[in-house]
Amino acid sequence: MSWEYLVNHSPALIIIVPLLAAFGTPLIGRFSRKAMYIWIIASLTLTEIIAIIILHTVYISGKPMVYVMGANPYNMAVPPDSGGIPIRIIFTVDAFSSFMAFVASTVALAGGIYSISCEAQQSAQEKYYALLLLMLVGMLGMVLTGDLFNFFVFLEINSLASAALVSYRIDKGLAVEAAFKYAIISSIGALAFLFGIGILYGEYDALNMAMIASRMKFTDLDKIVMALFTVTLGMKAGAIPMHYWVPDGYGKAPGAISAMLVTASQASLYGLFRVSFTVFGLAANTATLGWFIIMLGVLSMFVGVTMALIQHDIKRLMAYHAISQTGYMLLGVGVGLATLGTAAFNQYGLAAMEGGIFHIINHAMYKGLLFLTAGAVIYRVGTSDLNKMGGLAHTMKYTTIFFMIGALSIAGIPPFNGFASKLLIYESVYQFNPVLSILAMIVSILTLASFVKVFHSAFMGPKIHDVKEVPKSMLIGMAILTFFIILFGLFPNIALNYLVAPAAKALANPLGYIARVLGGGA
Amino acid sequence: MMSKIVRTQASFLYTLILIFGFYIVAHGHLTPGGGFQGGAVIATGIALIVVAYKFENIKGWVKKSMLTTAESIGLLAFIITGISGIGVSFFYNWLANSGLLFGRVVHYGINPGYINTAGTLPIMNLAVGIEVLGGLGVIIMYFLHYAKEVK
Repeated sequence: MSWEYLVNHSPALIIIVPLLAAFGTPLIGRFSRKAMYIWIIASLTLTEIIAIIILHTVYISGKPMVYVMGANPYNMAVPPDSGGIPIRIIFTVDAFSSFMAFVASTVALAGGIYSISCEAQQSAQEKYYALLLLMLVGMLGMVLTGDLFNFFVFLEINSLASAALVSYRIDKGLAVEAAFKYAIISSIGALAFLFGIGILYGEYDALNMAMIASRMKFTDLDKIVMALFTVTLGMKAGAIPMHYWVPDGYGKAPGAISAMLVTASQASLYGLFRVSFTVFGLAANTATLGWFIIMLGVLSMFVGVTMALIQHDIKRLMAYHAISQTGYMLLGVGVGLATLGTAAFNQYGLAAMEGGIFHIINHAMYKGLLFLTAGAVIYRVGTSDLNKMGGLAHTMKYTTIFFMIGALSIAGIPPFNGFASKLLIYESVYQFNPVLSILAMIVSILTLASFVKVFHSAFMGPKIHDVKEVPKSMLIGMAILTFFIILFGLFPNIALNYLVAPAAKALANPLGYIARVLGGGA
Repeated sequence: MMSKIVRTQASFLYTLILIFGFYIVAHGHLTPGGGFQGGAVIATGIALIVVAYKFENIKGWVKKSMLTTAESIGLLAFIITGISGIGVSFFYNWLANSGLLFGRVVHYGINPGYINTAGTLPIMNLAVGIEVLGGLGVIIMYFLHYAKEVK
């Protein structure tokens, strides 16, 4: 297999590897548990490597990759006899897509390694890992696809796998209730999304995002579609008025799954940004949509953190913080959308978008790490109630250190990565509207207060529980995420230049995206 | 357990339902229906005998492990058929019009519907049929797992 072949087919391979692994897991798990673990870790590692290859390729070439399923050759988006209409399932991978694929596969790798010890005592493990891999497939498909209906299919794969995984630890029926809630809400959301796709298909005779974008006239029907898309994807991302499934879903899932649910929500966030910028960006009034997203963001930030302050269940508290941090991403990218096409965009709009997108990767890493440490604490102590914990720092040294790094990072303390993206958001948003920026800073202070409380009640104080440090594989899972937190914190320029800036530029350039697909893709 | 009349009828219909289900799967590329629909029809056959007979008897005839294996094999067959075209692109239909299995060359115009056509599509239909038969079968078996006999 030559290098060029691997690079050309990488958008398909990144789906094939976890999909094949997911379908093979129940068969292999029947023979040997050890072989199954090796199979899963190998496939997750391979997915991560392919994600890095895609990232590298898109960065070097500077334009989106196009992969068309079943076409000959693989990148023929518009066949010569189709009359200029792109047919077949298409993957359009621009810098923002490859960035999201990297985030999703990294967190999945950490979560997969972490699960080996954490779920070792559970039954039906082969189903757990098969669903974990399917969830990864759903996320990767959502961020890579260039076709709206295909996006819906992967959204459903992701939702169903996530809902099943949330209920994995039945937990006296509480986890099942949370999963049921999540499944119902996300199904209704997905149906509303499908309804929107149906309207667009009736209007423009196309499902391809680039084709719809090039034909977009922004009629009254399109406004309905925009509302449907914004609300459903905002709901899946956990923005505030539609957040009610998040505390239950994140709070009751196993630790590694909570970390992956964060990236699953971000894949929906990706969908929201992709639809707003690429599909509607050229014709719609982006200032209004941008302000709407900013409002969602500010509400999420503020309500999320104030709800988090009063929680005494460690994972529920972190779930509310996840809502709050999603608000920063919505705020940053919303400012970019509100200023799109004006002179202000180059002054501070692009910087705000970079901040918002940088916050996506940072949030995935530190919130993933925090959920993994919460899972480690629950694994040893057996309860998620903060009032029943205490003194864990005496024996669980590494977990304490990992938790401190995560907590300082989410609060935006240098030299960790949360600081880098938050500073970028504060600075650029201040030029847009000082009030929003000040609100963001207040939320950050409240976040710190909340995590001081968690740290104090869980890790400080006299030794109450006589527990050991968690097994090695869980520590390795946490260490992977910590590595990226410290790397992006100490050298934010690496992340900004190679990951974030290309992603922000790609997102703000719908014309390039459309030209690449409709120009034939070659 | 139902009366003898119902049981005899169910045993008789079971074969017919199975044949009809496989017919829908095999003609997926020519007529309405396909892997999913055919697999669902076959699973209704399982549902029929489950309704007609005692659950204890069924457990001996239809094994859950067998159905889950069918599910895995169907899914793997589907994805491997997709991968088999990776030389050109994922899901590339390399068998169509090739003269090999399912590769009869079809010319433009009206024809009675040849079953030996469409390349990888019939193989994928078959894979989906096996998967759906296994998946729905398992669901039916799990539904009845806790069922109690009404005296």
